[in-house]
Amino acid sequence: MKVTWKKHGATLRLRFSGELDHHSAADVRREIDGLLSDTAIGFIVFDLGGVTFMDSSGIGVILGRYRMIAARGGGMDIINASRQIERILRMAGVYTLCTQGGTVE
Amino acid sequence: MKNRLVVSFPSISINESLARGITASFIMPLDPTVEELSDLRTAVSEAVTNAIIHGYGRTDGIVSMELEYDGCDVTVTVRDEGRGIENIELARKPFYTSMPDSERSGMGFSVMEAFTDGVDVQSALGQGTSVVLRKRIGNHECSL
Ligand SMILES: Nc1ncnc2c1ncn2[C@@H]1O[C@H](COP(=O)(O)OP(=O)(O)OP(=O)(O)O)[C@@H](O)[C@H]1O
Ligand SMILES: [Mg+2]
Repeated sequence: MKVTWKKHGATLRLRFSGELDHHSAADVRREIDGLLSDTAIGFIVFDLGGVTFMDSSGIGVILGRYRMIAARGGGMDIINASRQIERILRMAGVYTLCTQGGTVE
Repeated sequence: MKNRLVVSFPSISINESLARGITASFIMPLDPTVEELSDLRTAVSEAVTNAIIHGYGRTDGIVSMELEYDGCDVTVTVRDEGRGIENIELARKPFYTSMPDSERSGMGFSVMEAFTDGVDVQSALGQGTSVVLRKRIGNHECSL
């Protein structure tokens, strides 16, 4: 799993590629939390377009980061999830937390 | 056609992707759709991850997996000899997790149920857990 990122003003855009499971989650968390130490960031866009596999461990990663950003009054969006991943996110109600409701770009 | 494969591996997280890969290879002769393949891989990943993080946690153990098909009916059994589940009914509830501080969402069993045709759980405290995942692969080829 690889995460590349870009900052546009207060928005942190994260592009994931590869498999997001319990094994890869620890590194992904560490990497994103490092980026979130920049307190100017108030919004996260999770671009899941390159994710080839995700299970409930991915929900934990996304919700954990959402809690951090929400605690500073920010928000998130999730874009480009595959049908399978979208189904998992929907089951867990994750899209209801998204600013744009997780619309595909 | 019938087939069967039994594998076991240490409870380390790198083996989560191995378990998914083995599952995919095993059912390939049934010519599954992309969605069927991804459904079963996801369910297996949930069960194996649970065995590793909940069954064994910080202790080391062996996770075993038994894969079978009989015609189009695929069964994958994931076993651990770890701590066991005290209340299976509670554990299977959506959003229930015994590890909320570790960023678990409690959706593993719900995902297994949504992505298969049946999930059976047997467990005994201090002895371990076995999770049976059943899925019918819809392609008519495999019924020959
Ligand atoms: N193999 C197992 N051994 C012991 N306890 C288990 C096992 N599998 C599941 N459990 C228990 O059942 C609960 C629910 O499992 P489930 O997979 O639904 O959620 P989770 O693993 O806590 O979170 P998530 O899967 O969303 O990351 C777990 O929190 C754990 O207490
Ligand atoms: Mg789980």
